[in-house]
Amino acid sequence: MKLSARDINENSTWQEMTLGGEIYEPATSKLVNTGAWRTNTPVLDVAKCRHCLMCVPYCPDSSLPVLYGRLVGVDYYHCKGCGICAEVCSFGAITMKEGGEV
Amino acid sequence: MNYNDRLSGNEAIAFAMKQIDPDVMAAFPITPSTEIPQYFAQYVANGEVNTEYVPVESEHSSMSACIGAQAAGARAVTATSSAGLALMYEMMYVASSSRLPITLACVNRALTGPININNDHSDSMGIRDAGWIQIYAENNQEAYDNFLQAMPIGEHPDVRLPVMICQDGFITSHALENITLLDTESVKAFVGEYNPENYLLKKENPLAIGPYDLGCHYMEHKIQQAESMKFAKERILEVAAEFEKISGRKYGLFEEYQMEDAEVALVLIGSSAGTAKAAVEELREQGVKAGLIKIRVFRPFPAEEIAEALKNVKAVAIMDKAESFSAQGGPLFAEVRSALYDLESRPKAVGYVYGLGGRDITPQHFQGVYGRLLDIAKGGDLGPVYTHLGQRG
Amino acid sequence: MELERTYHFKKTLEKKERFAPGHRLCAGCGAGIAVRGVLRALNEEDRAVIGNATGCLEVSSFLYPYTAYEDSYIHTAFESAGASLSGVEAAYNALKRKGKVKDTVKFITFGGDGGTYDIGFQSLSGAMERGHDLTYVCYDNEAYMNTGIQRSSSTPRFASATTSPAGSVVPGKKQNKKNLTDIIAAHNVPYVAQTTFIGNFRDLYTKARKAIYTPGATFLNVMAPCPRGWEYPAEMLPEICRLAVETCVWPLFEVENGVWRLSYEPKKKLPVEEYLRMQGRFRHMFKPGNEWMIEAAQKSVDENWEKLLAKCLG
Repeated sequence: MKLSARDINENSTWQEMTLGGEIYEPATSKLVNTGAWRTNTPVLDVAKCRHCLMCVPYCPDSSLPVLYGRLVGVDYYHCKGCGICAEVCSFGAITMKEGGEV
Repeated sequence: MNYNDRLSGNEAIAFAMKQIDPDVMAAFPITPSTEIPQYFAQYVANGEVNTEYVPVESEHSSMSACIGAQAAGARAVTATSSAGLALMYEMMYVASSSRLPITLACVNRALTGPININNDHSDSMGIRDAGWIQIYAENNQEAYDNFLQAMPIGEHPDVRLPVMICQDGFITSHALENITLLDTESVKAFVGEYNPENYLLKKENPLAIGPYDLGCHYMEHKIQQAESMKFAKERILEVAAEFEKISGRKYGLFEEYQMEDAEVALVLIGSSAGTAKAAVEELREQGVKAGLIKIRVFRPFPAEEIAEALKNVKAVAIMDKAESFSAQGGPLFAEVRSALYDLESRPKAVGYVYGLGGRDITPQHFQGVYGRLLDIAKGGDLGPVYTHLGQRG
Repeated sequence: MELERTYHFKKTLEKKERFAPGHRLCAGCGAGIAVRGVLRALNEEDRAVIGNATGCLEVSSFLYPYTAYEDSYIHTAFESAGASLSGVEAAYNALKRKGKVKDTVKFITFGGDGGTYDIGFQSLSGAMERGHDLTYVCYDNEAYMNTGIQRSSSTPRFASATTSPAGSVVPGKKQNKKNLTDIIAAHNVPYVAQTTFIGNFRDLYTKARKAIYTPGATFLNVMAPCPRGWEYPAEMLPEICRLAVETCVWPLFEVENGVWRLSYEPKKKLPVEEYLRMQGRFRHMFKPGNEWMIEAAQKSVDENWEKLLAKCLG
């Protein structure tokens, strides 16, 4: 029987869980809303962003998605609001806003 | 085709490994199992096997490497004894909980301290609750036969548990005996290929293994292991039946020797059974209805079957080759006495701890035990249920 | 494999992300940055098996049933990352020989300084000595953060950790940091390097690529600051890393086939005080009367730097 992380939760019975805790599908952590942890929120000013992408590798949460060489926004479902991206940005394109709300 | 040869227990295991030709062997030398990786390394050096031999820097790493290899989709084997097994302790749990059917050849030796290289069962008994299937041998033939059965048992999709094949250090590991070997083609056909459903190197999908479990999942994963261990009993018997077809040799969960009409019986594990059988024969000649149960499978423990085999016995002595320092007997005694509890009418049961650190046991010792059992059977005083045998003082 | 000589920063960021979000590392954790940075160095067409020692990264990145990895992943225990990945690599060789595995798979394992400098040191040393074709990456945050910031052999002298707290009598950790990168270099493996998060990540990326694609056992030591354990505001991580390099507290270098090479030499070596001042774990060093601690820290950094220069120039 194929079991997906999507279907496994704290109410799953032992018959409904994978043997030995193995997971045989990639990157299931994407299902987790770590964005709810945020106490501060990065706000991207698209007009100021030069798409230098310097902020991208510094993000511990892979939450600054890049498409065709351009920063396309912030993944707020996962961003924990550490503020590193705002600190790294040389153009003032990312600022931190108080609170977790987008 | 079966053929005869004269091999030590260690040679027999190494030869079984050679016939199986596993993908990975990771091992670290420790007396008395050292010869197994030595023989095997020579097979590798001679190109007689296709195995990757990983000469690790400790037993902790040999089990860790076996876990990595088996998880990657390979068949992994190792061998160890005593302190080596103790050093693996943590990883033994990781292997079983990750549901990786690794095969370990355990050559039983006393645990330190004081350091002692001779046989008893304190090493494998110390790790009896780690979730491994444990199968014990009386002699070299059984060590060989049990090793060949390990993978078909452990790798079954409804079992997926690691298997430990135990034999007595020096007594069988270093003693030459005439044994009957299977030809390699039959071994390969019997053991088959290892084809797990998911493995780290699988192309179609990744596999993540070894998670952190919160309280909401840990117990369910343990129950999965426990359920598989229950099923393993059935699988062990299935594999034994298949093995009998190609070898002509019959195996069960334990061996019953002269038990049909036995009034007094011993229950024990390993090579001492040979000595005990000699005692049984002498007593039978004198008209004493003595019998013997030799445990082959200790994990899963065949409790119901043992209770059934002992239900008509009047008195039984359960003999442990390991101290558990419970102050009330060894681990086998605890298991067997517990198994008898559900019987309507139970035999009287006493426990002995014997043979520690290679202490010799003779037919006379066993005759003394049977003598005591006969007294108890006649209504005599049970006496202390936890005693030692073969010591001075 | 011939590695490219030029570094195209933007192109590296267009590669598919192999470390997924939704893991439970703390906000601003250096370990997440290290894993992303190293995995980015993989060729996109290559598969990988990622190993991991028990630690923050492990409990956060594979909390059942959520794996943060696009690739296969194995965690076994705290002290066994080197040995476990050795087994995986051995299996790969065996299965490849038998034709059961056909494509290229790379082997990378991550451990914190606890799992690498200390409890997993033997297993790491064994894997390096045997020369398995794998890369061991230490994300060094200089204490056992997962259990609550206890000192490790990587914790620098004077740092206050929960098992080497600074008190009125004891000035934080008494011993110097173990020089693990040198110790692994002494295994005579083909590639060893020390790096951290600097500028446009050229240093980390090129070193990770060399480590992953150099045949044999290779080792990367990545300084990965921990905002909680080092007591600094999470967003200051890039500045902490910059100062670690500019003060020569954490020099960037590599050892390739026995040849030592400095990756970066600060134009003007900054005083170590500037690095220490930003972190609460060194707070007590700035109390009046404790000036000797800062002097001692500076002396130690200077000595290590001179030794490194001698190796690289010699």
